[in-house]
Amino acid sequence: MKALQFSRDVPRYATARVTAGIRPGSGATIGPLALVDTDPPVAPTDDWVELRPRLAGICGSDLATIDGHSSRYFEPIVSFPFTPGHEVVGDLDDGTRAVLIPVLDCAVRGIEPVCASCAVGRTNHCERIAFGHLSPGLQTGYCADTGGGWSTRLVAHRSQLVGVPDDLSDEAAVMVEPTACAVHAAHLVAELGPTQLAVIGSGTLGLSLIAALRHLGAAPGGLIATAKHPIQRDLAGTLGADRVIPPSELTRAVRSASSSFLLGGNQLTGGFDVIVDCVGTDASIEQALAVVAPGGTVVLVGMPGHVSADLTTLWHRETALRGCYAYTRDDFTEAIELVGAAGLDRLVSATYPLRRYREAITHAANAGRRGAVKVAFDLRGEKERNR
Amino acid sequence: MPRPGFVLDVDRSTPPILFHNGENFRLEKLPAGRSRVIYPAEPHEGLEDPDGAIRHALSHPLGDSEPLEALLFPGMKLTIAFDDISLPLPPMRRPDVRQRIIEAVLDVAAAKGVDDVHLIAALALHRRMTEAELRHAVGDRVFDAFAPLGRLYNHDAEDPDNLLELGTTPGGEVVEINRRAAESDLLVYVNINLVSMDGGHKSTATGLASYRSIKHHHNVRTMQQSKSFMDRHASELHSSNWRMGDVIRDAGVKIFQIESTLNNDTFGTSGPMSVLAKREWEWTLRDRATFLGMKAGLDRMPSAAARKIFQSWRAPYAVTSVHAGQVDAVHEATLAQVFDEQLVTVEGQTDILTMGLPYVGPYNVNSVMNPILVMCLGLGYFFNMYRNKPLVREGGVLICTHPTPWDFNPIHHPSYIDFFEQVLTETRDPAEIEQRFEKDFAEDEWYRHLYRTSYAYHGVHPFYMWYWGAHALQHLGRVIIVGGDPRAVRRLGFRPASTLDDAFELAADVVGPQPTITHFHNPPLIMADVQ
Repeated sequence: MKALQFSRDVPRYATARVTAGIRPGSGATIGPLALVDTDPPVAPTDDWVELRPRLAGICGSDLATIDGHSSRYFEPIVSFPFTPGHEVVGDLDDGTRAVLIPVLDCAVRGIEPVCASCAVGRTNHCERIAFGHLSPGLQTGYCADTGGGWSTRLVAHRSQLVGVPDDLSDEAAVMVEPTACAVHAAHLVAELGPTQLAVIGSGTLGLSLIAALRHLGAAPGGLIATAKHPIQRDLAGTLGADRVIPPSELTRAVRSASSSFLLGGNQLTGGFDVIVDCVGTDASIEQALAVVAPGGTVVLVGMPGHVSADLTTLWHRETALRGCYAYTRDDFTEAIELVGAAGLDRLVSATYPLRRYREAITHAANAGRRGAVKVAFDLRGEKERNR
Repeated sequence: MPRPGFVLDVDRSTPPILFHNGENFRLEKLPAGRSRVIYPAEPHEGLEDPDGAIRHALSHPLGDSEPLEALLFPGMKLTIAFDDISLPLPPMRRPDVRQRIIEAVLDVAAAKGVDDVHLIAALALHRRMTEAELRHAVGDRVFDAFAPLGRLYNHDAEDPDNLLELGTTPGGEVVEINRRAAESDLLVYVNINLVSMDGGHKSTATGLASYRSIKHHHNVRTMQQSKSFMDRHASELHSSNWRMGDVIRDAGVKIFQIESTLNNDTFGTSGPMSVLAKREWEWTLRDRATFLGMKAGLDRMPSAAARKIFQSWRAPYAVTSVHAGQVDAVHEATLAQVFDEQLVTVEGQTDILTMGLPYVGPYNVNSVMNPILVMCLGLGYFFNMYRNKPLVREGGVLICTHPTPWDFNPIHHPSYIDFFEQVLTETRDPAEIEQRFEKDFAEDEWYRHLYRTSYAYHGVHPFYMWYWGAHALQHLGRVIIVGGDPRAVRRLGFRPASTLDDAFELAADVVGPQPTITHFHNPPLIMADVQ
């Protein structure tokens, strides 16, 4: 079968890191990603089935991996070579469509008894993601045994699959996984109970988070979103942000809305109780820390990696920096409903066949400035898949 | 005898016409046969002995007022308020006329044994004046005598302890002014009447007032009913200030008003700037060479450097009149003088009005003219420089030349940045802006803090700039800015054009082909009397 495969190749990975700093997405050409003919993955037990991807999205974490920006933290919880792709809608052998919950938790790994986190349904916190009868892998798409969405076939544990309603298009279904992340983050934010909040970044995650927050009725006092590009600005407003601004205006906007004073140009004396960072860069985290209220929380939804930030403000203002990863099964179910209700299929801007993977990844890495949000692989026309 | 202002009909022999363009200039050829240019009068002769004229005015007051000397007595509280950095434009060479007048008043006060004297810069909601700016206005001698003792300071419209409510007008307008001024035995107000909008009861009722008082006339309704606000008797802005003046008088505040006028000598008669005051067909070869050299230099110069040069210009204005005494009588005499110097009769309205906006307006002295101030200068001040009816017909087009940079002085104009980013992205309708946003900006504690302790315009000030243009926005069919930053121009709701010809093409959509064009050759200042 055809699959995009990411192998352990340190020199190529390092080269990708350098070139991608200049040309985002160039890791697809220079790095250790290749389109290969390979054997289909083998189902480890009878509880596993084959899933033939129809659409598979390109996520920010995929791009970070391909462009060499991923943290070494992941090394023990991935296994090589792996086929990326964890945002997947596909066909099962019985003809039904399903979306994949990619988290490889205890149940998927055949671990009994399950870990304490899985026992209470927090499978995103699974403590056994490098153990059991599968090779290490935090998710499908980072595990050598399961295959991934950027191929014509993968294997999935039955507990990883959720049926897709007939009225949900493939484009909507491929948005379920990122939307589940947003739903999870929205619940976390809602529990913090902010009256006003700011969402930094209006890529796929930021936009679906805005939709999820509005779905939950969070931030009744106003939601400010930052967006760099016109398409992001338009969508953020349509999906429910009360005000959409360029990133450079965030400090002034939060100051004005929170009646704060300014210290030294960028640091607010007050701010919003919650800031959600969907970007995860040095700049976005520093900006979040500058505009969060004393005692408030910065929620990191975007994958950060290595960052350099001055944490004096965090110490002095007793700010909490809180991560937010993935989702639970309940979030996933809720995401299916939200994708339909909010029309998030419109976030899928372009699809590519596997053979044009370099173009696809370059497009995804430059999505905003090229007027796109989510770029995905379209496997529906792949010959091998339909044999 | 200076030549009066006049209207030139453009024909084929008319040379290219000067347009101010921020810290630069443009020479533009106007279409022959359907264009005209309104030129200002030449500068009137200044008073031969301005100090003598001031002393004479103080001792020979107009209206129902005793001479200043008779109003002063030992042990009294005397407050001298004076116009702030927004006047004159550009700032004048030393000695500033305020210095001359204040020194004369202080001489009389000293002779009468008055020692409780305070001097207050009547800046309303404008930014505070710096020490250097105060020194320039009142002179070093006065500054050094009063400032160290805390007796020379800027008015603070947000200091509840130093404001006093004097009552309300029959229309319910609250009158609240500076407590020291209100509680003085005599308030002497020292005016510079550069244009006909200045002075009269507006001096005290606005210059020394609080936000809660000023908002009664600095609003959209008032500005849309002031046609124009440069014509005191057709201006609701002034009617409101006059009503407040009655309340101030009835509350027992005694005002001795001193108004002065300056001539039109903005650019001098020698040096490179003098060419700007000449009529183009009278430019000598030397003038042309000077202008072209100056323009070539400015074209290559970074805008910040050019700004620094222009902002350092001090106009050689001469004092043309000084009147003192009762407010109304003084102001009528002053208005007559201003009109005598600036009024130009113009026959009929035009389809397209063009104007070159210079580098400075009332609110960017020693600062950058940000896009909101460009709007205010063009659609507020210059558009309203008329009597009877606007120069451009209703539904006509206004074309301004100005680089309109997306640039703000964060010290002087912090709330302008938020207004530009937050308010203008939502709406440009003055009434909606006023209703939805004004209160939050006006009551923002940060802006209040910066206004009171730094050098920031009050949080509400950008709103007033927008309201200043409300009458023009209502009247005009389209506004085009030539040479401006397209993003900034669009944010203002106007159309950008790269050349004047492009602007005429854009205007044709609104006013049709072969429109009449009038160029307002200002500054030096002109007031159009449109018949």
